[in-house]
Amino acid sequence: MSYKENPASVLDLVTEDEAHRDVYIDQDVYQLEIKHLFRNTWIYVGHASQIPKKGDFFTTTIGDQPVIMVKHSDDTVKVLENRCAHKGTKLVTETHGNTGKTFQCPYHAWTYRTDGSLLGIPVKNEYKPANLERSCAQKGLTALTNVHVYRDFVFARLSENGISFEDYFGDALSSIDNMVDRSPEGRLEIVGNPLRYMNHCNWKMLVENQTDSFHPMIVHFSSAGTVKRMWEEMQPYAGPTPMVVECIVPFAQDYDFYKGMGIRIWKNGHGHTGVNFSIHSDYTEASGYFELMIKAYGETRAKAILDENRHNTIYFPNIMVKGPIQTLRVFKPLAADRTLVESWIFRLVGAPDMLLERTAMYNRLINAPTSIVGHDDTEVYERAQEGLKCHGNKWMNFQREFFEPEGNSPVEEYSGHTEAQMRNQFRAWKTFMHTVNPDAGADL
Amino acid sequence: MSVKTEDVIQFVIHESRLLDECKYEEWLNLFLDEGVYWMPLDFGQTEEKLTTSLLYEDKLLLKTRVLRYANERTYSQIPKSRCQHLLQVPTVDFMDAKANDFRVYTPFHYVEHRGDETQNFDGWMRHALKIKEGELKIKQKRVDLINCDAPHHNIQLFI
Repeated sequence: MSYKENPASVLDLVTEDEAHRDVYIDQDVYQLEIKHLFRNTWIYVGHASQIPKKGDFFTTTIGDQPVIMVKHSDDTVKVLENRCAHKGTKLVTETHGNTGKTFQCPYHAWTYRTDGSLLGIPVKNEYKPANLERSCAQKGLTALTNVHVYRDFVFARLSENGISFEDYFGDALSSIDNMVDRSPEGRLEIVGNPLRYMNHCNWKMLVENQTDSFHPMIVHFSSAGTVKRMWEEMQPYAGPTPMVVECIVPFAQDYDFYKGMGIRIWKNGHGHTGVNFSIHSDYTEASGYFELMIKAYGETRAKAILDENRHNTIYFPNIMVKGPIQTLRVFKPLAADRTLVESWIFRLVGAPDMLLERTAMYNRLINAPTSIVGHDDTEVYERAQEGLKCHGNKWMNFQREFFEPEGNSPVEEYSGHTEAQMRNQFRAWKTFMHTVNPDAGADL
Repeated sequence: MSVKTEDVIQFVIHESRLLDECKYEEWLNLFLDEGVYWMPLDFGQTEEKLTTSLLYEDKLLLKTRVLRYANERTYSQIPKSRCQHLLQVPTVDFMDAKANDFRVYTPFHYVEHRGDETQNFDGWMRHALKIKEGELKIKQKRVDLINCDAPHHNIQLFI
């Protein structure tokens, strides 16, 4: 029987420390993920700084469906399905812009307010009112009811009923807090467009790799190791350490360094590397920045904010944020073997430009389709996607540093080498694939 | 050294040929010490440092790439990529020998091939050149892809 015919059988594909290959390569499992996992969980949509003025919009996808994030006339953020209520035409094709007070369909000129409500149908008297009244079309653009804006980060849950935003993320929100607090004004702004990197592999491979502290010294030996060697040969070096050396050399740190970084996991699949310190800890201070922070927060608090140097925080299922370098990566699942990674950067409002320069440099050095760090990551994911076609061994293994039961407390800390966060993600995967979800159909 | 239009054109053609023939050390020597290779992310991008680019690399980074190609543990280059530039005849847009400033515009078609995958890219490159110690050198090479903002798979070699 296929997973389509017996959806509940996908739950047997994940044990406490192994996952069956079908979780990565089977298109039916992928579709069940879109239908359930990406409906039941809180999915990142966009950032409020992308739509500062009334009528500003940003288009993206949640799971496989196109949506519009728009600033409504009452200054609230709305997330609307991007299809005309009439015949399904995608209303907005640009990634961002300003629509004024209404959206108008280019097909038959139906118009909608920016909260999705239907404003007008041309020659409306050609419709029998009672028929229109009972139609879906008359309701206008479907507006998601479960939208939550947390410190300008916009999330949505597609399913009508389910876990609340607060219960879903809990203390994991502290990583977003730290990134925002690094602005002396407590505010972030998205800068420019994202890097868009197509990977021929399953989205979970990318997400798992974000907290895989056992790969950098191996996978990135050829890139970070090369810069490290060149830098050693350049000694003694007069002048400050180049920014590029600070950004890339830590990727070549040894096993002990990454073990010492530590990993923290939270319920519902969230977790982060860099509990104690991280590859971002030793960046040169931007001139005048600490003074601005002291002025904003007082010395003790400013120091506490800047001493928190978390590495990668996963907000399950599919985003990762880096507070100390102000980047956000979105792993968009397109098919079982296709993932689009979008990498965004933020300006710390009120902070010196040098920090933005470093963030922009980090993004292109590490996250671009032209990145020598990214190339080797993508290489190993895609080799795994190919290798999983073998029929003898059908399992992926996540057993490193698994000595005691995990996930029984709201927050747990482990050594940096553990694969506990991957196990954590799969516990959440099972939970949110399993949750009874009336509006997604009764089949799981 | 007096530079003729033809010298500038031949320089740009030679630069691409070195890449196609994997003569990377020679290619690196075409750059000034402060030379930059830039591939913007956005169509018509003007900001170099305070927004994301696909590449914005100084000589240290360019040299890193060249050394990395030769590293035995460069997994994404097993097997190795190959590339071919097809250039339109370069146009010298601006030439001022006194100011030591030469600008060239060159539309291209570029093929990068690895394993069973062949990728095609189109765009234009703009070279800003200078004479140093009697030779033309690259101050900046800017490569604009027509689909700079599209989702890309690996682009591993220099366009």
